[in-house]
Amino acid sequence: MSNPLESEQKTNPQGDPITSAAPIKVGGGTKDPHEGAKKQRIVTPEYMFSEAPRKREFITGSEAAKEAVRRSNVDFSVAYPITPQSETMQLIGVLYGEGYVKEYYRGEEEYGVMSAIAGGSRAGVRCFTATAGPGTLRGIEPIASWPGHRLPAVAMFTCRVVNAPLAIQPDNIEVAYLLHCGMIVFHAENQQDLFDFIMKGFIISEKNDVTLPVGVACDGFFVTHARSYVDMQEKDIKLPPREAWKGAVPVLDAENPPARLSRDAPVQKSNFMAYNIHAVWQQEVWAAVERSRRYIEQYMGGLCTAENVEGAEAVIIASGSACAQSREAIRLCKDQKVNVGLIKIRSLRPFPIKELRQLCAKAKLIVIPEFNYVGWLAKDVAAAIYGYSNAKIVAGPHVYGGMSMPVEMIVDEVIGGLTGKKSITVPDSAIMGRDVSQAEVAHFMQNI
Amino acid sequence: MSLDYVKFSPGFDKFMPKEYRDMVEHGPFGKKTTVSQMGSFKEILEEHPMCAGCAMTLFIRLAMISFPNPEDTITVGTAGCGRLAISQAAIPFVYGNYGDQNAVASGLSRGLKLRFGDIPKDVVVMAGDGGMADIGFSMTLHSWFRKERFTTIMLDNEVYGNTGGQESGMTNKGQVLKMAPLGKKFEKMDMIGMAKLAGCAYVATVVPNNPRRVESVIKKAVLIAREIGPTYIQAYTSCNIEYSIPTDKVLEDAKSVETDRYAFSEYVSDEAKEYLATRYGFKEYLPKPAAALPKA
Repeated sequence: MSNPLESEQKTNPQGDPITSAAPIKVGGGTKDPHEGAKKQRIVTPEYMFSEAPRKREFITGSEAAKEAVRRSNVDFSVAYPITPQSETMQLIGVLYGEGYVKEYYRGEEEYGVMSAIAGGSRAGVRCFTATAGPGTLRGIEPIASWPGHRLPAVAMFTCRVVNAPLAIQPDNIEVAYLLHCGMIVFHAENQQDLFDFIMKGFIISEKNDVTLPVGVACDGFFVTHARSYVDMQEKDIKLPPREAWKGAVPVLDAENPPARLSRDAPVQKSNFMAYNIHAVWQQEVWAAVERSRRYIEQYMGGLCTAENVEGAEAVIIASGSACAQSREAIRLCKDQKVNVGLIKIRSLRPFPIKELRQLCAKAKLIVIPEFNYVGWLAKDVAAAIYGYSNAKIVAGPHVYGGMSMPVEMIVDEVIGGLTGKKSITVPDSAIMGRDVSQAEVAHFMQNI
Repeated sequence: MSLDYVKFSPGFDKFMPKEYRDMVEHGPFGKKTTVSQMGSFKEILEEHPMCAGCAMTLFIRLAMISFPNPEDTITVGTAGCGRLAISQAAIPFVYGNYGDQNAVASGLSRGLKLRFGDIPKDVVVMAGDGGMADIGFSMTLHSWFRKERFTTIMLDNEVYGNTGGQESGMTNKGQVLKMAPLGKKFEKMDMIGMAKLAGCAYVATVVPNNPRRVESVIKKAVLIAREIGPTYIQAYTSCNIEYSIPTDKVLEDAKSVETDRYAFSEYVSDEAKEYLATRYGFKEYLPKPAAALPKA
């Protein structure tokens, strides 16, 4: 007898099957729901990332995250709903039902979720969670202590508005808060990046000389809810499991002598002893962030990518969805016979300082479009290349609160920057760098 | 546990501090110790930075002696006086963030279960009244509602001791403290009632001046939490500093508070009773022999 809930496969307007809305099968079947998970075999990260054949599918970012977790041998995941993340963590729940994730529950709120992830990671198992905007800030106290406790895990941030008035729209200002936690932070441009960065994040996070959490940010809705082509390995392979004994700091399983951090009151109450206990520990956290560079290069092919930068009249530096808009802006500039290059930042922490100094050495104009008000990327770029480049830096365009970023805004900044004509369509843009007037500097300071 | 981790690598023992050698040679790991043997073995917690006459420290010492499986016990806590002692003990201690203890313990106990299956790894939360009933309230209650399998122990000194004597939710109504200049305006929170409501399988109130009773409730709570469900112990552990109790009157105070308003109470669910009886041979919970039953 056919199950009434099992309706025919739905398709989207392009005719591709909609997988996220797959009906839940209720009873009747004799098939082991964990069959697929049990058949998965372990492959090396190198095989998984570089050699395993891939198949192209047209899926949303949430589905890409689900497929990444399916292949990542995840033990423990805690979910809490918030737009635009909710679909991701409910899909991880589907994986739990299918046995691909071993333990999963819906937490009380993000503080509890991030604390439980800390507990799971301390137990030595591989942990994943995701949140967005206000959820990120609600969980920021435990998140900011993960690196200090040297807890490997992967957290996904599907960025949205924080602050008031309340909005659920895309805006990546929360990344500014994450940048100073001591965790590794990647920014995914699209669904493919999200898929790859999550899987690679687990491996980088668990390297002995790293032993840090990895945050994978993407711009909410643009990536989570939109569909794109993602090249994925077969479902029947997965990454090797986390090896609890491998971390730089012992896990708390009563099988190893615990780390001093968890034992010594002085570390917890600095007036008992020298303050440098905290200081040296934090130095080591940030040194571990630095040491992750070689693994990011090894598995992700670099902290940033450069396209057409050599000899370009202007360079756009962007991360996340702003990269996608920038590519189109570059095409429009080409139509106007203006040659523009693109540097896409994949890793925000560690930040590609050396790479940018080299790539921007001869640049005359740098334009940095961002989906937030404060311009955190422009500040990092300016700090990184200060003294190494004479480029004029245009911090903008900035859109926020859910605005889309019309590519014409980016074009306007590029042309305006080259001709010296002040942009009229983008009031929030700001200029810093060489040969700028004090008035322009003041304008920049006011705006970012 | 790999008991090996408390042992010395051959050739290194003579270089180890006496404290450490005592722990290996005379410690409780791998043995069954009881509170009545206090003074005859090296305790998990001896040296600590707590105030003279601190009843909380006495309770923590007793609790640690009572852990049924100290070599496989991990404690979780939060800010407060208690952690200054707990962190000095010879068993792993997690100090995470403010009030997060029951959420951390949820992840930790589930993670350990994944890795070690039925081999017991006892997770015990020990935190103060402020950490548990105020800042960590939601995570405490939710861990109980979720039926997380670990023990929660409240070190209830009815005040924020570590920050210098501010009112907490567990302070008694009318009490004048910092941040309660006119006296506390609402009643002491009924965490015992809430623990029962939320489905804890074992709930007890205890004071530290009866070591055998402390031992009994700790053992039961930890064993029940292994397989049945969440357990909660609320211990009166006075703050002699903030409540101006003379050092030599601390146990007297505990006795009078016990008589007055902190009477010993114990709730054990039927399932937990059966489990203790059948699995661990607790005679008090064994079914009564047929001869003892009233004749029909």
